[in-house]
Amino acid sequence: MSALLDVRGLSIAFPKATPVRDVSLTVEAGETVALVGESGSGKSLTALALLRLLPERARIASGEVLFGGRDLARLGDRELRDVRGRDIAMVFQEPMTALNPVLSVGDQIAEVVRLHQGLSRGAARARAVELLDLVRIPEPQRRVAEYPHELSGGMRQRVMIAIAVACSPRLLIADEPTTALDVTIQAQVLDLLDALRRDLSMGLLLITHDLGVVAEWADRVAVMYAGRKVEEAPFEVLFATPLHPYTRGLLAASPRLEAGQHCSVGPLNEIRGSIASAAGEKGCAFAPRCPLARAACRIAVPDLVSIAPGRLSACPVTTAAPVSEACHAAPVG
Amino acid sequence: MRQLPRILTAVRRTALQSVPTIVGIVILNFFLLRLAPGDAADVLAGEAGAATEETLAALKAKFGFDLPVLQQLGTYLWNLAHFSLGISPRYNQPVAELIAERLPNTLSLMGAALGFALLTGIALGAVMASFAGRVPDKVLSVLSLLFYSIPSFWIGLMLIVLFAVKLGWLPSGGAETIGAGFSGGEMLLDRARYLVLPAFSLALFYVAIYARLTRGEMLEVKAQDHVRTARAKGLSPFAVATRHVLRNALIPVTTMAGIHLAGLLGGAVVVETVYSWPGLGRLAYEAVLGRDFHVLLGILLLSSLLVVAINAAIDILQAALDPRIEVR
Ligand SMILES: Nc1ncnc2c1ncn2[C@@H]1O[C@H](COP(=O)(O)OP(=O)(O)OP(=O)(O)O)[C@@H](O)[C@H]1O
Ligand code: SF4
Ligand SMILES: [Mg+2]
Repeated sequence: MSALLDVRGLSIAFPKATPVRDVSLTVEAGETVALVGESGSGKSLTALALLRLLPERARIASGEVLFGGRDLARLGDRELRDVRGRDIAMVFQEPMTALNPVLSVGDQIAEVVRLHQGLSRGAARARAVELLDLVRIPEPQRRVAEYPHELSGGMRQRVMIAIAVACSPRLLIADEPTTALDVTIQAQVLDLLDALRRDLSMGLLLITHDLGVVAEWADRVAVMYAGRKVEEAPFEVLFATPLHPYTRGLLAASPRLEAGQHCSVGPLNEIRGSIASAAGEKGCAFAPRCPLARAACRIAVPDLVSIAPGRLSACPVTTAAPVSEACHAAPVG
Repeated sequence: MRQLPRILTAVRRTALQSVPTIVGIVILNFFLLRLAPGDAADVLAGEAGAATEETLAALKAKFGFDLPVLQQLGTYLWNLAHFSLGISPRYNQPVAELIAERLPNTLSLMGAALGFALLTGIALGAVMASFAGRVPDKVLSVLSLLFYSIPSFWIGLMLIVLFAVKLGWLPSGGAETIGAGFSGGEMLLDRARYLVLPAFSLALFYVAIYARLTRGEMLEVKAQDHVRTARAKGLSPFAVATRHVLRNALIPVTTMAGIHLAGLLGGAVVVETVYSWPGLGRLAYEAVLGRDFHVLLGILLLSSLLVVAINAAIDILQAALDPRIEVR
């Protein structure tokens, strides 16, 4: 059986830059895949490209986005619109601005069910109330008539989720759904997403820069750095034996994982330097920040190689000597 | 419309608050008009040609122009408090009657011009925004710049030359076919034919303004996050442009339109003169020439009332368009 979503060799280009290169990714039905990387690594562009929602000057330079046997990157505009919001839905990072300020939340939810399910005005309204209830908004009858500015950030993100799951999509893409929210609200929203994924048996592509989020909710993790996927593994494997030095840095820098994580080099766990150093790098984009970098790393971009089934890494140095140079301590257990 | 009760109190409050403003405007105008040399009696006597000192004095006494200025003001305000705008020496008719005769013509001209300007301007702006940077946008931009810079009297004259003189499709002036005795639908059609050219001349400038404003606002809204959400729902580009982009862009456009209504009254003077349209603008113009201060004061008073009413209406409209704005 083929995957629900199968992205192959996706590259995204602006007139003067190519911020996403050759990214491949699969999501199975009912599975949660996390796409992790720090700010600017190209996660949002990748997500937007799946539904061709890229900013105006950006385009898909190459690659395929296979979904249900069709390539969304080449699908006709009309057919693509039928997929958007119905088969694949999206939740965005900024709940403060992602909703239309002059339409009531009920209207914004009703809009999508009227469009894809042809419900009447009244039926769509009733469905909007149901959906608000589904995303656990108290007093949905009253809330349905309210406007976004009358709701808190967490509530708005729930409304966004209600819009996204309104037509029971097969795939939900959530681009940093909790980054803008309070820590206590974050867990609630992620719990909600996870429950909905189970109940509606959706695939979930969860984009985040926070590995703490991944630990609790993801089945599989893909790590991106400077527009490329540098490592992929089931989450237990990734946490126990991260291969790519960038992944190790991320794990070490994640405060919530400190207790179970043995790869930290010292108390100062930040990855030194910034992603901007990747610009103009000929070989491995991480070389300027990598503690293990050597001359060979700067010659050619390392290939993403398969190490075990479902396990990929793009660092020849650590792949060749995973044990000696990986974690100092024993694996978690 | 959860705001309805609040709207009503707001209207009542606006009405009360505007009373002192309007009295102030009347007093100010009263003194300003005294700055012009001469009065209606001088003009009437001058037009008569052979007026003696005695007849002039009699005229002045009849209208009270011989009294001290403050006393004249007192009389005017006293009359005003009894809802009387005084009598026009020139037309020998109550000012209120004169204005009431002309008001419908001016209102229909302004309404038609503003309605046309808004509809066309917003539509053109929406087209420009959809094709931003491409040929249709550039052509319309040049066109709107033209509309913006050509004076309305010139447009008026050229339209008369083309449609009334050359083609003979539309009348060149007036407000209706005199003595035709139309009624019902025929009358409306006849009036509409007379309205087309003046309304169009008056509107063009505003078409240009609304088109450019709508274009700019739509491009700004288009870049906002919620438009991407709308596209992610699977809405068609048209639905996104109208329901989500235009809907938000209309808020500043309506504010602008409200501000313009007062200016439209000024522009009406020129257009009404070119088309000999029997409206308030021309009445005001004639009143200035005839030093008919009572008529002028009446018109100015009415304009200020109109501006107050329009501002209140705009506040309400804005609250209806934008839920973030509370009716104060
Ligand atoms: N409109 C744009 N024009 C030019 N370059 C852009 C544009 N949008 C994004 N980029 C480039 O693409 C890169 C990836 O951006 P993207 O938004 O996908 O990052 P991200 O991983 O989602 O980061 P974040 O955590 O900040 O959301 C950025 O470094 C930026 O340089
Ligand atoms: S290839 Fe070299 S520079 Fe790149 S991550 Fe591996 S060790 Fe570091
Ligand atoms: Mg992002």
